[in-house]
Amino acid sequence: MSTISNRKIVIPVLILLAVFFPLMTQNNTYIIHVMTLSFIWMIGVYGLNLLAGYTGYLSLAHAGFFAIGAYSLGILTVKAQMNFWLAFLLALVITSVIGLIVGIIALRTKEHFFAIYTLCLGYILYLVIDKWESLTEGVRGLIGIPAPANIGPIKFDNELSNYYLVLVFLLLVVLVMYRIIHSLSGRTYIAIRNSEDLAQTIGISTMKNKLTVFVLSTFFAGLSGALYASFVRFIGPDIGAIQITFDLLTYLLVGGIGTLTGPIVGTLLIVWLSQFLQDLQDQRMLIFGPILTLLVIFYPRGIVGGVSSLFQMIRSKGSQKSTTVSKGRTAKEMVIEKNTISDKQVKEG
Amino acid sequence: MEILIQQLFNGLTIGSVYALVALGLTLVYGILHIPNFAHGALYMMGGYVTLTMMTKFGLHYWIAIFVSIIVVGLIGVLMERLVFHPLREAPPIHDKIAAIGILLFLEAFAQKIWGADYQSMPTPYESVVQIFGLTITMQRLLIVIAAIVVMILLYLFLKKTYTGATIIAMSQNREGANLVGVNTNKVAMLTFMISGGLAAIASSLSAPINLVFPGMGQLVILKAFVIIILGGMGSIPGAIVGGYILGFSESLGATYISNDYKDIIAFVLLVIILTVKPTGLFSKGGH
Repeated sequence: MSTISNRKIVIPVLILLAVFFPLMTQNNTYIIHVMTLSFIWMIGVYGLNLLAGYTGYLSLAHAGFFAIGAYSLGILTVKAQMNFWLAFLLALVITSVIGLIVGIIALRTKEHFFAIYTLCLGYILYLVIDKWESLTEGVRGLIGIPAPANIGPIKFDNELSNYYLVLVFLLLVVLVMYRIIHSLSGRTYIAIRNSEDLAQTIGISTMKNKLTVFVLSTFFAGLSGALYASFVRFIGPDIGAIQITFDLLTYLLVGGIGTLTGPIVGTLLIVWLSQFLQDLQDQRMLIFGPILTLLVIFYPRGIVGGVSSLFQMIRSKGSQKSTTVSKGRTAKEMVIEKNTISDKQVKEG
Repeated sequence: MEILIQQLFNGLTIGSVYALVALGLTLVYGILHIPNFAHGALYMMGGYVTLTMMTKFGLHYWIAIFVSIIVVGLIGVLMERLVFHPLREAPPIHDKIAAIGILLFLEAFAQKIWGADYQSMPTPYESVVQIFGLTITMQRLLIVIAAIVVMILLYLFLKKTYTGATIIAMSQNREGANLVGVNTNKVAMLTFMISGGLAAIASSLSAPINLVFPGMGQLVILKAFVIIILGGMGSIPGAIVGGYILGFSESLGATYISNDYKDIIAFVLLVIILTVKPTGLFSKGGH
């Protein structure tokens, strides 16, 4: 009954499933390739989730930071001939530092202004990558980015080893996200999302917290970009285009914005759905566009949010019969969250 | 000197188009406080509808524009009814995401129906005129004149008619307007209609000197956002002035700075403005 014991079973099972997934597919390179890519996107989506989902700031420059991570790695390894892991670390540092500088300025704006500001910023980043040919090779793109260098005896020369490498990073990201969300900081971010003024009156330094979130979010985007560059080994300016931001946003929204498992569910679903609708490639937005809009109207918390409120409804019906003491911690949390959301809606109206 | 004057006139042309797009955006923002990211898609649809009316149905340019205004206006109304109206109580982040959804849909839709190719629009005003030693195509002259006429008509509509006054009233205070008996739902629909119509006029006028393609609205809408931040969100004179400022700075920038980076000027301008003043220039208190 208790969700905590449920979680103790479900999470290891999911991890085991991910670990043995390649075996189940009999090492089908195509499936592993798509799966690895979707793991990489998930990391980026987590960054967006922390910022847009938990803190309420919709950043439309996310693909720009993704591209900064990818291009930093690409330029450092291809042009500067740097050691892979050193370049990898530096790529993350570069993205975060740019994120910090941008964040200090961008976060002075709020709501619509922030969205428009980051939208324009994303476009500037894209244009710079596209036009600065001496550094980024422009439309030709960067070719020949090396695969991750060996760590001791472990080599990363095939799809399978890359899959596990990305999986390790993804698990780390999920762990970090879990720790953040269930800490006081996580609560603080949600408080900022629900009402920034209120958060400020109870003594939260909103700017400091927002900046932390923004830098973390760009860090995740950079990590995702660097992994993408080393996995696909070719990057063009298109990865910084606004469409990528919209893609990430779709993954996040379908899965559930502001939920911990949302990015995983949404990304897996949409990436595989896109694979099945291959011949629709250009027209897939004909389906995903309306889905995005309808979800926001009817299920603003996506699939995960919808399912969890369904469970909650069933549970609350059950708990009317049994004692109320046995309510899990998460259920309580959800109630709190739900209340705050409806408070917000009242305020908006 | 001649280049300068020529470029100033070009700036006037581009600025007129920008101002029309920004006007539609600012009207909607004033009423519903939504940054309508889908406005660029309306602009694009306007171009395609006019083009189709001219090439497939052989309508005259002006009649085609008229049809386009109606069609795109109706798309705007549909958007308001189906999407923004149900979301009016939702947190602000939802409106933006919903608008992005519409944008993605309309772009994919245009690509499906009309293909991804760049198409050029014929115009009955190909001729070239000489004014004060300047060589000007009729189409460019037409853009400037038509834009000014539309702006004057819009101004008269908003200031002199009862219906126009309700739009102003609602942008000042939604609840207040509701209290004194303004049907806010109708006004919201009307505003979207006008906004879509303005986008259709802008794209139909500018399409003959540019091209028609599914992504044609993307840059224009980004620039329109820059303009309404420049001119104050929701401010009508601000949108017009901002449109012309951006038009001039772009055409001069393209000549005297760099043609490659002319598109970046607007965004750098915006980043500087918001860096210095996070709530935008000329912002009123509160919203």
